[in-house]
Amino acid sequence: MTDSVIPDLTYAFDIPSERPWSRVLKKGQTLRIIDSEGQQAVDALLYCADDLAERYSSQDTLRVQGSAYIELGTRLISNKGRVLARITADSCGRHDTSAGCCSCESNAVRFGEPTKYQHACRENFILELSKHGLTKRDIVSNLNFFMNVPIDANGNFTVVDGISAPGNHVDVTAEMDVLFVISNCPQVNNPCNGFNPTPIRVEIRDAPGM
Amino acid sequence: MAQTQAQIAANRRRYEELRAAGQELTPRGLPEATALERAPIPPDAVIHRETVPSGWYTTLLLRRGEALRIVDDTGQSSVSLLAWREEDPSERINCADTIKVQWSAAISKGRVILSDMGRVAFSLIEDSCGAHDLLVGGSTPASVLAATGVSGRNTQENFLAAVSKIGLGVRDISPCITFFAPVALDDAGRFRWQQGRKRAGDFVDLRAEMNLIVVASNCTHPLNPQPSAGGNVTLIKHRVSAAAREDLCRAASPEATRAFAFTDRLYV
Repeated sequence: MTDSVIPDLTYAFDIPSERPWSRVLKKGQTLRIIDSEGQQAVDALLYCADDLAERYSSQDTLRVQGSAYIELGTRLISNKGRVLARITADSCGRHDTSAGCCSCESNAVRFGEPTKYQHACRENFILELSKHGLTKRDIVSNLNFFMNVPIDANGNFTVVDGISAPGNHVDVTAEMDVLFVISNCPQVNNPCNGFNPTPIRVEIRDAPGM
Repeated sequence: MAQTQAQIAANRRRYEELRAAGQELTPRGLPEATALERAPIPPDAVIHRETVPSGWYTTLLLRRGEALRIVDDTGQSSVSLLAWREEDPSERINCADTIKVQWSAAISKGRVILSDMGRVAFSLIEDSCGAHDLLVGGSTPASVLAATGVSGRNTQENFLAAVSKIGLGVRDISPCITFFAPVALDDAGRFRWQQGRKRAGDFVDLRAEMNLIVVASNCTHPLNPQPSAGGNVTLIKHRVSAAAREDLCRAASPEATRAFAFTDRLYV
């Protein structure tokens, strides 16, 4: 895919497997996240660009929506109750915001102590957030695009095989200027990445008339 | 680094074994809910007792080896809780890890509440209710206004006020756990409120496995269909015995055992 075939594409980048990324989206811009090879979880955090203490809140987002999964039309709500962004396209249909990100420390609890020494999303987030003056304190429960985590009526909570096919995408349209931070999830111990992390692509488009 | 087919197969096999243990074996070993009249606190074990009125919050220190009993006196309250490790408040309770490590969004007697550092913050050593919320969180100015038509006290502002008084700030407010908040999911993923799972006198005992600063907010849960519901809650800080090797919460699952072992290392 090249810039010339999509006239309003203002930015595109292929995020290698296991790597972080961040960029400020201007109000009205749309970030397209493409699961290039399929079954790849994309962990994401959003912050208000003008006040980084205002950030994405999973609990406020779910409360306002009244349901447990991120899908087309979901408004991503901040800890101040404002709409940071909106899901404006989705060819996958299932995204999570309750499972958080993997960390060396939680991997050690879940999968045994040797997995403490495997790369994890929180390592990515800490490094990427440090570019913006933020620290581990600022990592809240994140979005997990393309991650399939059904919760049943008894509360059973299971990371199961992703349903995203190669090329599936989700569009997130900024409702204010937002710092968008991604960790292309390195987890190899559960099915969120098909046990084999792969690259993803991000594309930014201006709103019509911008 | 690309995984080989053998690595993928081995990791998938381990994951399936952990899932079966976490969702089939572990739940069978969990105890029944505590009966309301059971588990009285010996009078000489009580360190501190306070009543928090509806709409208000309190902050307390809970040291390893102490427990906090939270009692829903009227059956009308929900209590939203945050906690940080006293010596390093960048370590705090983590709802997402608590859920995924235990393979369940439902916590009850025998479960633990994890910090973001793979350690146990609290053990749920008694629980008469078993219906608590880790997904939806507390009330906010907007949720109260929408539910009642007027502005009112809410958990978001209680948390802000509370953290400001202990040298922390809005960046330290993580997703919270709300006790006595019977939120369930239907097949479509929509949240439902199960009023029948609330009773006057329901209580939990949270044993601190590390030294913790705790904030508790007594506000009507945003999904409670009776937005004016509310009543006093009683908090009782009391001494308990430490988690032995065969402790219910420590031995509940291999994951819990590892998290306890990592926590113990803070104190050796």
